[in-house]
Amino acid sequence: MEKEINCKLKIENLNVFYAQEQALKNINMEIDCRKITALIGPSGCGKSTFLRSLNRMNDEIREARVKGRVILDDEDIYENGYNVVELRKKVGMVFQQPNPFPKSIYDNVAYGPRIHGIKEKNRLDDIVKESLKAAALWEEVNDRLNQSALDLSGGQQQRLCIARAIAVKPNVILLDEPASALDPQATAKIEDLLTELKENYTIIIVTHNMQQAARISDSTAFFWLGNLVEYGPTEEIFERPKNQRTEDYITGRFG
Amino acid sequence: MHNWKQRLGFWTLRASAFLVLAVLAFLLSDIILQGREVISWEFLSSPPRQGMTAGGIFPAIVGTFYLSLITALVSVPLGVLGGIYLSEYAKQGKLTRLIRMSIRNLAGVPSIVFGMFGVAIFVNFFNLGLSLLSAGLSLGIMTLPVTITASEEALKSVPDSYRQGSLALGATRWQMIKTCILPPAVPGILTGSILGLARAAGETAPILFTGAAFLYPNLPDSPFSQFMALPYHLYILATQHHDISRVRPIAYGTALVLILVVLILNISAIILREKLSRRYRR
Repeated sequence: MEKEINCKLKIENLNVFYAQEQALKNINMEIDCRKITALIGPSGCGKSTFLRSLNRMNDEIREARVKGRVILDDEDIYENGYNVVELRKKVGMVFQQPNPFPKSIYDNVAYGPRIHGIKEKNRLDDIVKESLKAAALWEEVNDRLNQSALDLSGGQQQRLCIARAIAVKPNVILLDEPASALDPQATAKIEDLLTELKENYTIIIVTHNMQQAARISDSTAFFWLGNLVEYGPTEEIFERPKNQRTEDYITGRFG
Repeated sequence: MHNWKQRLGFWTLRASAFLVLAVLAFLLSDIILQGREVISWEFLSSPPRQGMTAGGIFPAIVGTFYLSLITALVSVPLGVLGGIYLSEYAKQGKLTRLIRMSIRNLAGVPSIVFGMFGVAIFVNFFNLGLSLLSAGLSLGIMTLPVTITASEEALKSVPDSYRQGSLALGATRWQMIKTCILPPAVPGILTGSILGLARAAGETAPILFTGAAFLYPNLPDSPFSQFMALPYHLYILATQHHDISRVRPIAYGTALVLILVVLILNISAIILREKLSRRYRR
């Protein structure tokens, strides 16, 4: 058993600005370990910005400024001198569009471990196999690991990206609308997969699909105009929302 | 009425396109017709004799080969590094705009100016003398804008999703570039660089004062030797020789060889691009 890492995320007074515009306003939130948390809300409400502030991918956007604290494993990830590379090893990310590298299936999954210094063929083989199994892709690709990842279908590519994220053994996996580019069958597979993965990982998923949020998540957070309007157990949010706006959004009155 | 105008427009466009083709065809056929009789194994493999009125152009072929090699060694690595900086590291500010503008201006500087620059800097200041090295460095600097721009464009055309994917896995910026951005950009970088080199291989002005020799029948034996080169040899045969009409066939032969060298470089660039981009198709 590896050292138990505190995979709870605590967000304190988080504000994000793009140039003059404030994208997130004073967010306070605690995200549970080994649960699926869904972030919902209309386009431009700040949910993707919020997601990207959890692995500091906003660093890549010029003019983005972040204020506040995000505490992971007892450390504030925005503290001066915090190691972003280490952070992104602990907090993996899967994007809206499947983005496998133009390399073989094997090299895609082995990419993370390799850049983090693992060279032994046996260890890499094991990690690739484990990760592909965990991403429910092993059965479909084990006979063609050396073929280009670009030959896979969209759904397979997205599961490959999940395997690629798992391969660096993160504690938290962030997913930004991972199924929005996929057909219903591929979407169902991803959803099943996430439900399995929450045994081992804290999962935070941005989704536009209300049914999806209701089906797979344990907690749901509703964002609106940069504010966290309501956050609680998914059942409560969907059945007894406290806020009128949450109710309007969930019932499809606006979106 | 309307139809008539459209037809006229169409034929004007078509005629312009064919005019370009006709000029090229005329140029090539003239050189090929007059040059092919001179070309023989003997012509390609022996030095000039009897005051250049006989013999071949072997030293010039070898000189151009070495020269292109030095040019490539100077301009490709520097160009790739500069391209990486501009595409992946530079902040889009005043300084970067200034650098980009300078590169564009450098590309527009007449090649003879690079020759003067070479004399001042490499021949005299660094005391490299009239040599392959001085000439190669001058050509390398001249080609730099092409290789930098080709590299920058090739790197920029790599989708951002690769960058994000790589960084999100905990790659450092340099690891990301090395493993995810550079490999798919290689075909574009190579193609652009080879085209730049082909251009440089045909240049006379930058090597005129920096090391090319009127007649140097021995092959260059070090980077500090003087050398003969195809374009300069052609220039001499066409304008500087004491008996121009007698060496005219040799001049045509030299021109044909020069064009073939450039053609081979260009074709290899195309083949290389096709081959490599198939590996990274997206």
